[in-house]
Amino acid sequence: MSELVLFDAPGPRARRRMVWVNVVATLVVAGIGAWALVLLGQKGQLSADKWQVFLTANPWTNFFVPGLVSTLKAAAVAIVTSAVFGIVFGLGRLARSRVVRGVSGVVVEFFRAVPVLLMMIFFWLWISRLDLVSPNDVPFIGVVLGLTFYNGSVFAELVRSGVHGLPRGQREAALAIGLRRSQSLRLVEVPQALIAMLPAIASQLVVILKDTALGYIITYPELLQAARQFGAGQGNILQSLLVAAVIFIVINYGLTKVAERLAGRVGRRTAGRAAKAEAPTLVVDTGR
Amino acid sequence: MPAVTDRRHGRPPAPYGDLVDDSYLDRLLSLFSEYDVPAAFWVNIQLTFYAAILSLVLGTVLAMMRISPVPSLRWAGSTYVTLLRNTPLTIIILFCVLALWGQLGIKLSPDFQRNFFLLAVLGLTVYHAAFVCEALRSGVNTVPVGQAEAARAIGLSFWPAARLIILPQAFRGAVAPLGNVLIALTKNSTVAAAGSVATEASSVMKTMIEFRPDVVVGIFFIFAMGFVVIVVPIGLATTALSRRLAVTR
Repeated sequence: MSELVLFDAPGPRARRRMVWVNVVATLVVAGIGAWALVLLGQKGQLSADKWQVFLTANPWTNFFVPGLVSTLKAAAVAIVTSAVFGIVFGLGRLARSRVVRGVSGVVVEFFRAVPVLLMMIFFWLWISRLDLVSPNDVPFIGVVLGLTFYNGSVFAELVRSGVHGLPRGQREAALAIGLRRSQSLRLVEVPQALIAMLPAIASQLVVILKDTALGYIITYPELLQAARQFGAGQGNILQSLLVAAVIFIVINYGLTKVAERLAGRVGRRTAGRAAKAEAPTLVVDTGR
Repeated sequence: MPAVTDRRHGRPPAPYGDLVDDSYLDRLLSLFSEYDVPAAFWVNIQLTFYAAILSLVLGTVLAMMRISPVPSLRWAGSTYVTLLRNTPLTIIILFCVLALWGQLGIKLSPDFQRNFFLLAVLGLTVYHAAFVCEALRSGVNTVPVGQAEAARAIGLSFWPAARLIILPQAFRGAVAPLGNVLIALTKNSTVAAAGSVATEASSVMKTMIEFRPDVVVGIFFIFAMGFVVIVVPIGLATTALSRRLAVTR
C-alpha cells in the first residue's frame, strides 16, 4: 500500500491546516537542531580549529584513507568468503541426503544466532594463540572470519529461499530434458535464485560494510580506529567520529540505492519472485 | 595483545590451542565457579530490555511521522532513518561515550558504571529505532488499500483512520519483522563492549579466554550456546505470534 492513500487529497481547509502543522513541525525540527548546535557551541565544539583540520591533507593521507582502505579490504574479502560459504551451505540445505540437510541447517542456524562480535573476539584470541600467522594479520583474519560465518549463513538462507521461490516448472522442465537433480540445481535453479535474491544480497553488503566497524574492538586498524586515533591526537574526537560516520553513510546510501534499482530491474530476468530490497529475515526458520 | 599465562592454575599454558584430555570438561565446568556467566548474560538481557522498549516508542513515533500527511515530518522521519540505518552501531555507541560523555559532559547517571550502561542503552535505542520504524512501515504495507479507503469513506480523517484502522492491523502485520529487530538487538547488545560496559557477555568472554587459554574453544561454545538459547525462542515465539495474529484476508 502506498503511503499516500492513507489520506485523501486535501481540500482547501485541510490544506490550510497542513500549512500550519507543517510550519510548526519545521520549527520543532529546526529547534532541536538549533538546540544541539547551541549545546555544541557552549562546549566549544564548533570552534574553527576543530573542523578546519579536515581541510588539510594530514587527516586524510595518514588516517582516514588508510583506515577506509582497511575497512574496504576486510569487507571485500569477507564478501567473497561469505559468498562461497553461502553457496556451499545453501546447496547443503537443498541436498537430497537428510544428513547433509540437517548438518547444514544446524550450522546455518547456529551462526545466525551468535553475535558477530562474539565470533570476532573468539577467532582473534584463538588464532593468536594457535600461532599460525603473523600477529599483525590476526585482527584482520578475526574480522573476516566473524563476518564470513554470520553473513555466509545469511547468504545460505537466501540461496535456499530463492530456490524455494522458483516455480516448480523450472525443475520439472530441467528433469524432463534429462538433467540430473544436481545439474538442475546448478544450471537452472540456483542461477535464477541468485538473480531473484540480488537486491537482498546487495543490502546484505551494507550489513557487511557496517559490521567491519566491529573490528575496532579487536584492534583491527579500520576507519573507526583511524578516526579515533586522529581525534584523540587532535582533541577533536567528536568531529572525527562524525566524519567517519559520514563516510560510512555515503557509501552505504549508495549501496542501498543500487539495491533498490536492482529490485526494480531483476524482476524480468528470473522466474522467481524478486526479493524486496530489504534486509533478509533473521527469524529462525521453522522449516515450513 | 598481552602475553597470556595460566597463572591461576599453575598449569603450563597450552601454546597450540586447547589442552584436550580427560579433565577438559571438568576444567570447563570449573569456570562457572570462577566467573559469573549468567550475570554477564543478565547485563545483555537488561540492555536489550530497556533498548527494546525505548526503541519501540521512538520507532513508532518515527513511523507515524513517515506516514503522516505533513511533508516536514515525513522528511524528518525518513532522514533520521537513512542516517541512522547506514551508520555502524559501533560508531554510534562510541560516539555516545567519547563525544556525548567525554566531550559534552552529558551524564545520564551520577554512578560511573551506570552511566556507561545508560549511554549504551541510548546508542542501542537510537540505532534500532530506525529498524523498528522500517518494520512498522512494512506492517503498514500489509494493510490493503481498501481498508484506508473504507476508513475515509465513513468520514474518518487521518488521525482517527491511522489510530483505529491502519495501526492495529499494521502492528499485527509487523510482528515478524519486529521480532527480527528484537533478535538483532539482543545480539547487538554485545557491542556495548565498545562503550565500556565491561560486564556484558562478550567482554566477560574475552577476559575468560585471556585467563584460561586451555579451554578457549569451550568458553566460546558456552557463550555462543547462551545466545542460541536466548535468540532461538524469540524467533520461534515471534514466528508463532505473527501467524496467530495475522489478519485473515
